Amino acid sequence: MGFIMPAFAGVIILYGFIRRVPVFDAFIEGVREGFFTLLQIAPTILGLVFAVSLLRNSGAINVICAAVAPAANAVGFPKEVVPMAMLRPVSGSGSTALLVSVFEQYGPDSFAGRVASVLAGSSETTFYATAMYFGCVGVKNIRHTLVAAIAADLTAMLISAVMVGIFLS
Amino acid sequence: MLNIIWSLLVVGSIICSLCLGTTQALSDTFADSAADAIQLLLTLTGVICLWSGLMKIAERSGLNALLSKLFAPPLRLLFPRLDKDSAAFEAITMNITANLLGLGNTATPMGLKAMRELDRLNGGRDTACDEMVIFVVMNTASLQLFPTMLGTLRSGYGSRAPFEILVPVWISSAAALTVALTIALCGNRLSRRRLCG
Repeated sequence: MGFIMPAFAGVIILYGFIRRVPVFDAFIEGVREGFFTLLQIAPTILGLVFAVSLLRNSGAINVICAAVAPAANAVGFPKEVVPMAMLRPVSGSGSTALLVSVFEQYGPDSFAGRVASVLAGSSETTFYATAMYFGCVGVKNIRHTLVAAIAADLTAMLISAVMVGIFLS
Repeated sequence: MLNIIWSLLVVGSIICSLCLGTTQALSDTFADSAADAIQLLLTLTGVICLWSGLMKIAERSGLNALLSKLFAPPLRLLFPRLDKDSAAFEAITMNITANLLGLGNTATPMGLKAMRELDRLNGGRDTACDEMVIFVVMNTASLQLFPTMLGTLRSGYGSRAPFEILVPVWISSAAALTVALTIALCGNRLSRRRLCG
C-alpha cells in the first residue's frame, strides 16, 4: 500500500508537465498558500492540544473511562479499548499513542487489538476536524454538525466490536 | 458549541485534578502542552505545505476537474444546490477523493479551501449553511479505503495478518457515515431556511 502516495504525487506532476503547466512555479505558489493555511489553524490546534493534555494529565480521562466501562461491557465493547475510544474524537496523535499501547499490552491480533484497529480505521478526530474547518472561516453556529458526528463515532464503536466478532473470531 | 466544549474540558480537568491530587502533573501540562502543540504544528507544516504545492499543480493542470468528474455524480446528490463547475464543489470532490485514497494531509488543504469557498457563498455569515454541515460531517467520518498507516502499525507490532481488519473497517465506516449523513440531512431539512448563496 506504500506506493499510493508516491504514485499520486507522480501522476500529479506528470499530468501537469504534459498539460504544459509551469510545474515548479505552481508548486512554490501552493507551498506559500500552505503556510498561510497553517497560520490560520495554528491557534485552534494550540487550544485543543492544551485542553486534551489537561484531560489526560489531570486523570480526568481515567475517571470518565471508569464511568463508561460498565456501559461498554454491556454492549460487548472491550474495556481495554475504552481510553482509546474516548480520546479518538479529540486527538489523532493521542489516540494513536493509546492504540499502540493496546498493541503492546494485548497484541494486535487479540480481540482488544482488533477492535482498537477497526475503530481507528473507521472513525476520525471529530472535534479536531470540526474545530479546524469551522474555525478557518469564522463560523460560530455549527448547528447539528457535532450531533451527527458524535452519532457516527458511537456507531463506529458499536459496530467495530460486532464486526470483529463476526469476521475475525 | 466549541466555546462550551473547550471550557468544559479545561475547567473539568482542573477540578478533577484538585480532587485527585494531580495538581503537579497539571502544572507541568501548562508548561509543556503549548510547546507540544507547536511541535505538532511544525510536523504538520512540512507535509501540508508540500501537498498544497502538489495540489496547486493538479489545480493548474485540470487534474482536479478530471477527478471531480469521477466522483461528482454521487456527491451531487449530497450537494444539489452547488454548481458542478464551482470552485466549492471542485474542492469538495478533491477533498473526498484524497480522503478515500487515505491522503489525510492532502485532504486538509483542499477541505479548508472548500470551507472558504462555501463561506463566500454563505456571505461570510456566523451560521453554517447546509453544505458546510454535510461536508464537515463527511470529514469527521472516516472515508478511507486503505488504512495504510493502520496496517503498518499492526505489522510493526507483530500482527500475522495486518490487513485482516479491512472488511470490518469498511462495514464499520459505511455504517458510521450512513448514520452521520442521515442525521445531517434530517437536521438540514428541519432548519431549511439557512441557505447558501
